Amino acid sequence: MLIPHPLLGLRDAQEFTYLGDASLMNRPDPGAPDAEAAFCDYVFLRDNPAGVHRELWFHEQGDRSWLVVTRNTLTHEILGAELAADVKVGGVK
Amino acid sequence: MRFSGFRVVKEALTGHKGWTPLWRTPDPKPAYDIVIVGGGGHGLATAFYLAKTFGRLNVAVLEKGWLGSGNIGRNTTIIRSNYLLPGNEPFYEFSMKLWENLEQDTNFNSMVSQRGIINLIHSDAQRDAYRRRGNAMHLAGAGGTLLSRDQLRDMVPFLNFDNARFPIKGGLLQPRAGTARHDGVAWGYARGADMRGVDIIQNCEVTGFRIESGKLCGVETSRGYIGARKVGVAVAGSSGRVMAMAGMRLPIESHVLQAFVSEGLKPTVPGVITFGAGHFYVSQSDKGGLVFGGDIDGYNSYAQRGNLPVVEDVLEGGMALMPMIGRARLLRAWGGVMDMSMDGSPIIDKTHVDGLFFNGGWCYGGFKATPASGFAFAHLLATGRPHETATAYRLDRFSRGHVIDEKGAGAQPNLH
Ligand SMILES: Cc1cc2nc3c(=O)[nH]c(=O)nc-3n(C[C@H](O)[C@H](O)[C@H](O)COP(=O)(O)OP(=O)(O)OC[C@H]3O[C@@H](n4cnc5c(N)ncnc54)[C@H](O)[C@@H]3O)c2cc1C
Repeated sequence: MLIPHPLLGLRDAQEFTYLGDASLMNRPDPGAPDAEAAFCDYVFLRDNPAGVHRELWFHEQGDRSWLVVTRNTLTHEILGAELAADVKVGGVK
Repeated sequence: MRFSGFRVVKEALTGHKGWTPLWRTPDPKPAYDIVIVGGGGHGLATAFYLAKTFGRLNVAVLEKGWLGSGNIGRNTTIIRSNYLLPGNEPFYEFSMKLWENLEQDTNFNSMVSQRGIINLIHSDAQRDAYRRRGNAMHLAGAGGTLLSRDQLRDMVPFLNFDNARFPIKGGLLQPRAGTARHDGVAWGYARGADMRGVDIIQNCEVTGFRIESGKLCGVETSRGYIGARKVGVAVAGSSGRVMAMAGMRLPIESHVLQAFVSEGLKPTVPGVITFGAGHFYVSQSDKGGLVFGGDIDGYNSYAQRGNLPVVEDVLEGGMALMPMIGRARLLRAWGGVMDMSMDGSPIIDKTHVDGLFFNGGWCYGGFKATPASGFAFAHLLATGRPHETATAYRLDRFSRGHVIDEKGAGAQPNLH
């Protein structure tokens, strides 16, 4: 798989480590009254879609940036990649 | 039709005209007491034990493809009960005991072969860890022997004992472990369940659940609505998408695992050998092919095929462990989709929907569990209570903090 890095162009997926669902960027508020339940869902539960999936890849062997990669889990087709920092500013869908 | 030596001889002498199909192909009835979703090993075993042990006869198994098209027909067939943790070890040992009687129970040759498994040891710390595991196995009655380097050299002289990075210092042997013919297991359970009146309905995909005020009434399928008092879901790699139809999010991600088979060779590898440090394991099939595999591909996938980097990684592991494997030609490679749970351990439980039960999260180790998983799920469906060996496999263990993290990888499914 080749990941279209927004700054560096196409990079081999082997240069990256995978963290999982991009929704992990939305950490629950530890001060909220339901924080315990919210953190349990956050750590353990996943949508796990068959199809388009937004996920976190860390360019460990490269520029050490975090990317949000949009990928089809049925075909392994990669539909796009953004810097996680940019997504964070815009908010994760 | 029962199989026996007498029957084989009789058919041989009469032109093999008396063999009949192994199971019927019935149309779905409007309703059943219990519907099992997923005609893989676990679903079929559940139906078999429901009919045989718990006397439940009005049961159907719904399979979206053909029997054995899922992981039961794609795995590397290793069966073992060399686990460590108290939540796991008695369950897998229960499974091992069921394997030992499987062919008598189902009257079908599933080629269960107790050829033994060796986990290799490369450091003193690992020897301590395996000694502890061996003791846990003895407490559960699973047996196990710690092998010295010299004992190993006698058994498997072809291994690279002096690998610079991972020299082999010994091994943990479970002699009762081994392999079984994977699709033979599905066929044996399917036939056994069918003989006892279970309807096995292929090409019937469950497309939704009908739930009214928190109670399950039946399932929508590609062959129409089927009513059910209870529904048990055992769909392995599809757990996430099937349970999403019931509005549930699971502590599960779907990942792909690849497997490999070489050309047929003379008997070479006596049992199963696992090289944990290099992520490689190997056995030899009865046809002579070396069957091996390694790590999962590491990212969510429903593709039922892997990618080349892991092919390379597995083969490197193989070359490091047994250099002679480089002389064998690779015949086939394929991938299967597994439901990787957040602690690497399975789930067998009722859900918050009255009448809906879930069996999944088997990761890449569920083949060995097939008999016990079926038995425990049948027990739960029939009695409403978990089987004594499966009490730890609850859905709420994550929120209660009682995860069963056999591999110590935390809530990271791609590391289990
Ligand atoms: C390459 C590989 C190697 C492995 N090696 C080993 C090993 O050596 N030892 C070991 O213990 N385990 C191993 N495993 C794991 C093991 O194969 C699985 O954990 C186990 O087989 C899963 O249970 P099952 O047999 O019931 O699943 P499956 O056979 O996958 O059954 C699930 C069934 O559900 C059906 N289904 C899905 N959705 C629907 C729907 N909506 N409606 C109706 N039906 C549906 C599918 O078509 C499928 O037939 C391996 C797995 C893989 C992929």
